[in-house]
Amino acid sequence: MLNEFVILMKQELLLCIILFITLILKISENENNPKNWIGIINGLLLINFLAGFFLSTTGELFNGMFKVSELIIFEKNILNLGLLIVSLMAQPYLKNHKHLPEFYMLLLSTLIGMFFMISSGNLLMFYVGLELSTIPMAALANFNLNKANSSEAGMKMILSSAFSSALLLMGVSFIYGTTGTFNFTQITASLDNNALQVFAFVLLFTGFAFKLSVVPFHFWTADVYEGAPVPVAAYLSVVSKAAVAFVFVTVLYKVFGTMANLWYVLLFLTSVLTIGIGNIFAVRQENIKRFLAFSSIAQVGFILVGISSGTKAGEASMIYFLLIYLFSNLGAFAVVNVVSTMSGKENISDYKGFYKTNPALSWFLTIALFSLAGVPPTAGFFGKLFLLTSGASTGNYLLVGFAAINMIISMYYYLRIVKAIFMDENAMPIASIKTEILPRIAIIICIVGILATGFMGSVYNYIYLLSSGI
Amino acid sequence: MNLHILVLIPVLTALTTLFFKELKQVRMIAFLGSALQLLLSFALLAVFYAERAAGNVAPMLFYSSIPWFPSLGIAYTTGIDGIAMAMILLSAFVVLAGVLVSWKMEKLSREFFFLLMLLSAGAYGFFISLDLFVMFFFLEIAVIPKFLLIGVWGSGRKEYSAMKLALMLMGGSALVFLGLMGIYFNSADIHGLHTFNIIELSVRHIPYSAQMLFFPFAFIGFGIFGALFPFHTWVPDGHSSAPTAASMFLAGISMKLGGYGCLRVATYLMPEAAHTYSPIIILLAAIAIIYGAFATMMQTDLKYINAYSSVSHCGFVLLGIGMMNETAITGAVMQMISHGLMTALFFAAIGMIYERTHTRMLSQLGGLLKVMPFISSIFVIAGLCSLGLPGFSGFVAEMTVFMGSWQHVETGFRIATILSCASIVVTAVYILRAAGKSIMGPIVNEHHLHLNDATWNEKLAAIVLLFGIVTIGIAPFWLSNLIGPGVHGLMANIGRTILS
Repeated sequence: MLNEFVILMKQELLLCIILFITLILKISENENNPKNWIGIINGLLLINFLAGFFLSTTGELFNGMFKVSELIIFEKNILNLGLLIVSLMAQPYLKNHKHLPEFYMLLLSTLIGMFFMISSGNLLMFYVGLELSTIPMAALANFNLNKANSSEAGMKMILSSAFSSALLLMGVSFIYGTTGTFNFTQITASLDNNALQVFAFVLLFTGFAFKLSVVPFHFWTADVYEGAPVPVAAYLSVVSKAAVAFVFVTVLYKVFGTMANLWYVLLFLTSVLTIGIGNIFAVRQENIKRFLAFSSIAQVGFILVGISSGTKAGEASMIYFLLIYLFSNLGAFAVVNVVSTMSGKENISDYKGFYKTNPALSWFLTIALFSLAGVPPTAGFFGKLFLLTSGASTGNYLLVGFAAINMIISMYYYLRIVKAIFMDENAMPIASIKTEILPRIAIIICIVGILATGFMGSVYNYIYLLSSGI
Repeated sequence: MNLHILVLIPVLTALTTLFFKELKQVRMIAFLGSALQLLLSFALLAVFYAERAAGNVAPMLFYSSIPWFPSLGIAYTTGIDGIAMAMILLSAFVVLAGVLVSWKMEKLSREFFFLLMLLSAGAYGFFISLDLFVMFFFLEIAVIPKFLLIGVWGSGRKEYSAMKLALMLMGGSALVFLGLMGIYFNSADIHGLHTFNIIELSVRHIPYSAQMLFFPFAFIGFGIFGALFPFHTWVPDGHSSAPTAASMFLAGISMKLGGYGCLRVATYLMPEAAHTYSPIIILLAAIAIIYGAFATMMQTDLKYINAYSSVSHCGFVLLGIGMMNETAITGAVMQMISHGLMTALFFAAIGMIYERTHTRMLSQLGGLLKVMPFISSIFVIAGLCSLGLPGFSGFVAEMTVFMGSWQHVETGFRIATILSCASIVVTAVYILRAAGKSIMGPIVNEHHLHLNDATWNEKLAAIVLLFGIVTIGIAPFWLSNLIGPGVHGLMANIGRTILS
């Protein structure tokens, strides 16, 4: 029993161990300067990521409260990779921060929360995991201790997530009230789609929509991204979103598969809104972090289009897209982070003439943006098109057509930045930046991921084999 | 012969340029890469003929299929018929000439040649692929480098033109994508598995209603690339702002991607709908031909003249495709090749003139034949080819299109054909006017007296393109023999009418 427990929960336990190491580091702060430990922590995170590929056993614990399947392990590996990249890219920001160990403690606890959330086979476990993943997030958003808008970001984050959790919890309790169970499989068996259950589902959906920043529940996103430190914004936009999306699709397909007609309509409406509003606002942004916030909202809209099909391909294309999105968005954020920590500049207009002074960083940012826009040969092209292909399999060409047209709008705003970088003249461009080794590794991992993932059909096929439809 | 090498060489050339900094090294790599590509294309042509002579009647030669995303029915499927072979040759000519005219690209030379090679990889990949998804992939690869090429190295309103071109072409690809989705999901599936393979799709039934819905998407989508009226507006701006090599590439190859896609994807896979829509296609093509010709008359900028005349000439491609008979389609393909070579030569000549005189305005040019005889001659030759003088490729191609079009006896089709035919007169007017004003006549600007004629690289570029134009012009049979069987193969599907 203990053996099984250790092996099934190995990814969570490993994270806990690293968490304790950072805690010890904090306690012994007077003897050891935490700055010297950045490399070691990153090494541990690398080991943690690699360990995810070994000893993969599947099974359940605690009467089905905690489940591990190959797909779940794969999803956790994706999140581990995201954490590693965020941690690498955060180095220039963290090295002068007096609360370095806390940063890692908070970050790791959110990831542990996400892991429990992904593995959950029970609404309560899911809820606990979700809370564990969001509350430390608010502290992280507030990590720029001397900036007012960082506090604002933390406040907004905690209020909106508390609100959405309340909605979610209300949905959970209605479900419990009508079915008498928290267990996913038992819920599915006893759903009869009565009005209260539909209402409960809508509440749950709203809760998810908040976390995924689906329009009209997106208002917190841009402010939080703008105020939060760049690595935290990156983590929020990719890792935490991916984790919620993984659970979201499980809940939709496995638990509420019988309500497919209902959630199809919800997904249809919200995806149109999300893509449309995200794009319209992204066009108008001047701050690059706000810009990335709105562009990531629009990306979520595409994910909704993909999963609306309810097929195996829908789930597979979503996971594949999120893997690619992780590389693309973290790549963009990594460059933005380097620029913002070194020069303090965060506006799109500051990037004018960037190519003259920083050709390498310019190309990296451009490739990441092209991948977000879905331009081949970057992986974003494959990710986005597979989502749309999956969306089209329902025969709803109106939705897919809308999404395809919005790809043109999104092309415009991504190209706007590329234009600023390559074409616009600027008397005072950002000075030449020397990227330190760790963020450089982060950027290179992202770029390699962007360029390689699309061509590796085997990755998609692997995900496809593991995933299942309704 | 392995077709993958056609994509591999440009990609490797592009990647190699990244390791060098100096213009001299970079341009030499690009030159070697594209020269090798041209030689390979000739070798491929030889092997192609040998296979055909040996009695290989398979519709697609050198067919190979590597699974890529099997669960989605996507495979890296390649193969060529005569049409694709001709397009590959065209690309090889234009790319080599493009590299040669960019010999003095001092500004960011490494990036310039990298993007140029990437573009050409997209074009080659597009022509060899037989999988709709892969085709779409390569089509899009050939979009974004243009944005950078025009925006960074262009002239005039370059940022506006670059953005306009990128967005319009992205719009085109969005429509193409919807068309592909329609084809993919509405074709009959085998054990629930759909396919993107063109050969497979051509024998799988697509219901007429679905064809009627999705044909416009696919055709207009590709049509935007091929300057279909009224979606041609990116052509003049894009061409005139682009640097010379990019203009050559845009007009010479990129617009052909559109025509090729209209033929190979839209018309070939959805023939019944194409028959129903053909009057509309003919109407739009005729408008493009006539409107383009008259619009060219009003232009005073040499690049705009050639850009608008490209709209007019590409109209013939769509006219030929819209007529949907073997002769007309053969003519359309020949027109693609001919126009590709001719317009590339034209842009090369304009680029050379612009580089020396720093103006493209007709009013500021004159008597150039006296100072730069070589450049002026190729300018005149390109012009004569454009107006369809016998002995050059333009005559052969347009003639074939007209002959095919005339086979349609319906009054409307006849009127369209006659009007399009008449546009040649207008073409003659603007070409002769432009040539007469800039090449002949008195020298307008004293400074022009001291200008040099073409350098060796420019001469070589012009000769490469001239070689193609003249070979087609005086011996058109080799091209029509190459294209003919390919078109004949397509006709098996295209000839299908409704209610079969």
